[in-house]
Amino acid sequence: MLRDITLGQYYQADSCLHRLDPRVKLIGTLAYVISLFLFKNITVYVIAAVFLWSVIKLSKVPFSFMVKGLKPVIMILLLTVVCNMLFTPGTSVISFWKITITYEGLKMAFFMTIRFIMLIVGSTIMTLTTTPNQLTDGLESLLAPLNKIKVPVHEVAMMMAIALRFIPILMEETDKIMKAQIARGADFESGNIIKRVKAMLPLLIPLFVSAFRRANDLAMAMEARCYRGGAGRTKMKPLIYKISDKKALVCVGIYMAVLIAGGILGNRLPI
Amino acid sequence: MEMIKIKNLIHEYIRRDEEENVVDIKRAVDDISIDVKPGEFVAILGHNGSGKSTLAKHINALLYPGEGTVWVNGMDTSAEENLWKVRESAGMVFQNPDNQIIGSVVEEDVGFGPENMGVPTEEIWQRVEESLKAVGMWQYRKKSPNRLSGGQKQRVAIAGVVAMHPKCIILDEATAMLDPSGRKEVLRAVRALNMVEEVTIIHITHYMEEVIYADKVFVMDQGKVVMEGTPKEIFSQVEKLQKLRLDVPQVTLLAHELKKAGVPIEDGILTIDELMEQLDKRK
Repeated sequence: MLRDITLGQYYQADSCLHRLDPRVKLIGTLAYVISLFLFKNITVYVIAAVFLWSVIKLSKVPFSFMVKGLKPVIMILLLTVVCNMLFTPGTSVISFWKITITYEGLKMAFFMTIRFIMLIVGSTIMTLTTTPNQLTDGLESLLAPLNKIKVPVHEVAMMMAIALRFIPILMEETDKIMKAQIARGADFESGNIIKRVKAMLPLLIPLFVSAFRRANDLAMAMEARCYRGGAGRTKMKPLIYKISDKKALVCVGIYMAVLIAGGILGNRLPI
Repeated sequence: MEMIKIKNLIHEYIRRDEEENVVDIKRAVDDISIDVKPGEFVAILGHNGSGKSTLAKHINALLYPGEGTVWVNGMDTSAEENLWKVRESAGMVFQNPDNQIIGSVVEEDVGFGPENMGVPTEEIWQRVEESLKAVGMWQYRKKSPNRLSGGQKQRVAIAGVVAMHPKCIILDEATAMLDPSGRKEVLRAVRALNMVEEVTIIHITHYMEEVIYADKVFVMDQGKVVMEGTPKEIFSQVEKLQKLRLDVPQVTLLAHELKKAGVPIEDGILTIDELMEQLDKRK
């Protein structure tokens, strides 16, 4: 069971979005996120929603999966809505005791909610259609120019890839150590929070020791296989822009242009 | 020319305290000289702490000789300019399968070595296909290594080494963490490589039954080579092996005991078939 856990939430499907170059998806997501914050009027959100909806349809990922991405942030969302409703000054709509809800507050909360939901659903699409490995590859390639100012881009990407590979292994190990300690009478479940944190100690120490040992072994195995950093390395799966990738970039460009035009026009409308 | 030539190799592990004073010196490899010819299957036996893993690391230039010299394919491992060439020609498979697989997909892991060597993309794919087929793991190429059994993981690790086209593969207790069926899988793959591709194999182990197919066996104890010869020659000396705290295969032990009890059979019986043959002859 523990073995099935992977970071991110990749959803296996065969869609044109899945086949897209990870760099295009990263750029697209970035453009989309920026687009949400450029203007604040209905027209823009309608355009963004249409774009988002067509991307969701293209991805072939069931909509329920995107909603799952919203679950962990629902508390933050509620909090911002309530704060915005209560503390925005303006013309009052309802007022009782010391609380006043204003027209501006309602408007603000409404926009915030839409923006938030669209932001999260949009970025979830990227993680749902891209494997963690593709993501690291894409990041490595996009950030490659930083190499010139001596940022070790390849090394960081390699570290991320290795971390991804070892997460399930360390999870399994945690499970094993936990069972071993329970068999020796350790109690992880009862007591107050301080007691519980203290009880984690006999779990964490062996885990750390073993993680270091693994790191040492892995470093040696990598060296034995001629690993010597990024220089002079070739790629088994190089990232090459295909025609479909270029088309997708054009689509993102069109979307941005339409959105900016809509935003400027929408600002003139009296909503 | 020898594939591997080790001459008077000495390696010491030195432990120092905080003030850099030497606390303890342990001689892990003590004046060893070994020659291995191309295409040979060599087994190195010894119990824990006999120095066999240290010896293996010298062949891959993961350690440098304290004294003496190691030549791999004619290259001196202590010369820095040879380092990567040595590691390309002598690949190494380690004990723990989990700790040596780098990729999160089988094929990516096999491609890791060639990537490091700067092999062009198309050739990497070709090499990956060849080596995965050579160890019989081709159908698992898209799988995550976490979903494989120990024996399968170790075969992937071997494929990862084979993809670098080494002349020699060192298995540093590569079967120690596997169950019996996993060990058989790995050994079958290794023997096939040895016979079909004529890759030199150095198999380091403490399982006696794994060395019966070797061309040559070295037995190590306390950093020294104490016995050397064909498996038959080694296993003829049951008492000496027992003194070195090594388990003799059950068949060999049985034959030895039978002989001691007065049944006239040859020394150094390695397989059940051999013993049967010998016993049949007596009828």
